[in-house]
Amino acid sequence: MRFTLNGREVDVDVSPLARLLDVLREECGLTGTKEGCGEGECGACTVLVNGEVVCSCLVPVAQVEGTEVTTIEGLGDEHPLQRAFMDEIGAQCGICTPGMILTAITLGSNPTLAQIREGLAGNLCRCTGYEAIYRAIQRAS
Amino acid sequence: MRTAISRLELLQPRSLQDALRMLRDEAPLTPLAGATDLYVALNFGTLENTRFLNLWGLHPLRRVTLREDMLRIGALATYTALRRSRLVRRRLPILVSAAREVGGVQIQNRGTLGGNVANASPAGDTLPVLAVAEAIVVLRSADGERRVPFGEFYTGYRASVRRPDELIVAFEIPEIHGRQWFRKVGTRAAQAISKVVMAAVRGPRPRIALGSVAPTVIRLAHVEEALAGGASLDDAVRLLDRDIQPIDDLRSTAAYRRDVAANLLRRFWAETADSG
Repeated sequence: MRFTLNGREVDVDVSPLARLLDVLREECGLTGTKEGCGEGECGACTVLVNGEVVCSCLVPVAQVEGTEVTTIEGLGDEHPLQRAFMDEIGAQCGICTPGMILTAITLGSNPTLAQIREGLAGNLCRCTGYEAIYRAIQRAS
Repeated sequence: MRTAISRLELLQPRSLQDALRMLRDEAPLTPLAGATDLYVALNFGTLENTRFLNLWGLHPLRRVTLREDMLRIGALATYTALRRSRLVRRRLPILVSAAREVGGVQIQNRGTLGGNVANASPAGDTLPVLAVAEAIVVLRSADGERRVPFGEFYTGYRASVRRPDELIVAFEIPEIHGRQWFRKVGTRAAQAISKVVMAAVRGPRPRIALGSVAPTVIRLAHVEEALAGGASLDDAVRLLDRDIQPIDDLRSTAAYRRDVAANLLRRFWAETADSG
């Protein structure tokens, strides 16, 4: 099974029905993507497939063959959103943060608060109350 | 406990013809589109099926077209594609409303209209829309194609007329005259399964469909007839109460659903009063 992961070609030998989440964490060693609810509600496992957010716990790896997958590790450590999340205390326990940042990337530049709220509807945070997250996204975009 | 992947099998057709042959010759197979329902079952260990047919790469099934005044939506069109489609926005804006509230963007990017219909949950958000749109379900098998009116598609709780060798390939939607209306009531607008969902059209003859109040999505034929004949809204609400069979479950209670269904009918009628 071949796909592009954070800009590099990868070839994994797994069941085509393996969850993308498990392939990323266990085969590719990228544990920045977190497992949360397992039912598409929490967004902790969010990654980008061809630039669109998906829940990697609900994606059979066969369906990303030939695509470009981006995880939080693909941003390096100095992405403006990462910096803004730290500066605004947009992360507390941190489980939701990789998914939040990847979803925020797809919101484009200068999203309104309403656009941020709707865009993040599929990413739940149980610590921050969201306000710091919204501030971080507005600051970075 | 999650379902063990190692005992599952995936067949990967390269074309629709390929897929239809596999459905005929390799039965039983469960069609797998965006996996947003089937993989929840996998994650919770309740997945009963073991052999799957991967539809995701069958791009011709994603097309949305308008031909001879008939809107045709491919079964693999995702909620995101429905939201973006100019044709759907113009012809069936209530389908855009339903798609927008179906889940987070992550789910909208993968979940498909055909999957919502095939999954056959009584709470499926797009189903009342297809019911009032009087959509035609286009089913195809290796032997040919047949068209089933949406109102005849479901035969009971999670049961439909689709044969195991058939795929839902598209939905055909005739032009709708009248004002379209949609409202989903759930714990949260964008990310919760419906407690009650209503779609309606205020036209020469009103059309009203409800989800989550019966074993399948239902059209309120008696209510529609009464309103078309000039009955009072109070009488219509009494008929509605007779026509629904909501239950208590983890999302709500039967009594709450009855109240909400009645309120939705009143709200629909009030908000579309200038279209009647």
